Amino acid sequence: MAGKGARAGSTRQRAHPEAPPRAEHRSAVTLRVNGEERTLTLDHRTTVLDTLREHLGLFGTKKGCDHGQCGSCTVLIDGRRANSCLLLAVAQDGARITTVEGLAAPGPGGETLHPVQQAFLDHDALQCGYCTPGQICSAVGMLGELAAGHPSLVTAPGSRPGLTAEEIRERMSGNLCRCGAYAHIVAAVQDAGRAPGDAAGRPDGDPRHLQDGATP
Amino acid sequence: MKPFAYVRAHSPAEAVQEYAARPGARFLAGGTNLIDLMKLGVESAQTLIDVSRLPLDRVESGPGGALRIGAAVRNSDLAAHPAVRERYPVLSQALLAGASGQLRNVATTAGNLMQRTRCLYFQDPGKPCNKRLPGSGCPAIEGVHRDLAVLGHSEACVATHPSDMAVALAALGATVHLLGPDGERALPVADFHRLPGERPERDTELRPGELITAVELPPPMGPSLYRKARDRASYAFALASVAAVLDVRDGVVHDVGLAFGGLAHRPWRAGAAETVLLGAPATPAAFAQAADAELVHARPLRDNAFKVQLARNLAVDVLSALAARAAGAAA
Repeated sequence: MAGKGARAGSTRQRAHPEAPPRAEHRSAVTLRVNGEERTLTLDHRTTVLDTLREHLGLFGTKKGCDHGQCGSCTVLIDGRRANSCLLLAVAQDGARITTVEGLAAPGPGGETLHPVQQAFLDHDALQCGYCTPGQICSAVGMLGELAAGHPSLVTAPGSRPGLTAEEIRERMSGNLCRCGAYAHIVAAVQDAGRAPGDAAGRPDGDPRHLQDGATP
Repeated sequence: MKPFAYVRAHSPAEAVQEYAARPGARFLAGGTNLIDLMKLGVESAQTLIDVSRLPLDRVESGPGGALRIGAAVRNSDLAAHPAVRERYPVLSQALLAGASGQLRNVATTAGNLMQRTRCLYFQDPGKPCNKRLPGSGCPAIEGVHRDLAVLGHSEACVATHPSDMAVALAALGATVHLLGPDGERALPVADFHRLPGERPERDTELRPGELITAVELPPPMGPSLYRKARDRASYAFALASVAAVLDVRDGVVHDVGLAFGGLAHRPWRAGAAETVLLGAPATPAAFAQAADAELVHARPLRDNAFKVQLARNLAVDVLSALAARAAGAAA
């Protein structure tokens, strides 16, 4: 028990290890996280990833490489997937952020998992689970891009991309899985993409920015 | 990472003024490379001037069929734009060959041009690097350099430019538009990045305080194609890549734009190869001769001579594919 308490204490200490930043080095930032507006005063160096984990207690989003190479920190920013470790929170002021905690739909009988989450369970698309929140958020964003007709490198020129294994592998290449659950991940994403009710659309469901060919 | 002030610019002019007023300022767009390098201690800033929300996020058709791409247009939006897919497929393909879906959603046109080399020594502040710390030396020349330059390098630096997009822009003959303290100017994209020489710390011809506002593409000259060779099927930097635009008429090369990626400190516009090709028959033999005319200048390092043959094969393949397409269209 003593050991457990010591660990909890050191975690709290790590969250705020430094003196408060000087006024010119911090700003008030408002983020709409999973539908809830959160206003914080943050050191400008704080990434969206660290804001979620260290300031908002949302530990679903994982820190892997912290350099944009592994994809485990993937979240949806205004409906588009992004590496939260490379985004400064101050530069995202006003943004709508969806993390893995915000994907399930609340209901009277409890939450209903997002079709992509359910497909990961159905297909056993994970082993250790560390990369899974990033895989799932990435898949949600990717299915939206696919539904909007955005091409990938493997899309035949001039054609509309389909929900093929080849397309999924190419489009999910920014999410690494060191357990090697890729085969089941591809099957899960394919299954979720075929699900009725447009897995790509909900619950972040604002595909307006993903209209075919729209400029931002 | 050292603390920094943060300001958000509302117009390009305001961004340039803020830069001039604040020593140690840097422009921040998508930040996918800059924030990473600040975490590593390779880059630092006293102030970040956020230019990601400037009204430079449009792709607009210009006079005579040109296309003007705003500096803040995201890589994924540019790759998916109908005008780019239809008229400049080499650009869409190059963008989609780079990075990952997540990174392309954030990275911008200007930021892609401004990204720094991925040379291991540059990215490690614990090691010497003439680009990061001028005069400290270049361990890559004798060290890990399999991914590095075979063309245009110097005793001071053997880094490569990592962009795929810029290689396509070089083949297309794009122009970079700039706004600085002294007003506007424009540079051909092939002259925007520089060779290292004795000043490898300078990647580009950008002057202090200048902001990229747009990239302009001339009307498309012909069918185009991008091909990239890398260690993985996806999500890896180029060992070598080729961007080509080819206009074939009656089996003869009427016009051509050819550029190599992954071989040099800048996207390598293959002027010598283009000269050989103009007026030549559109055949694999002529394409091989043209590639050789360019690559005869290669000076590979101990572990990267394979890149020369790789680039030659890619160039012949890409030009042959475009010629076959032209022949098919004519038949």
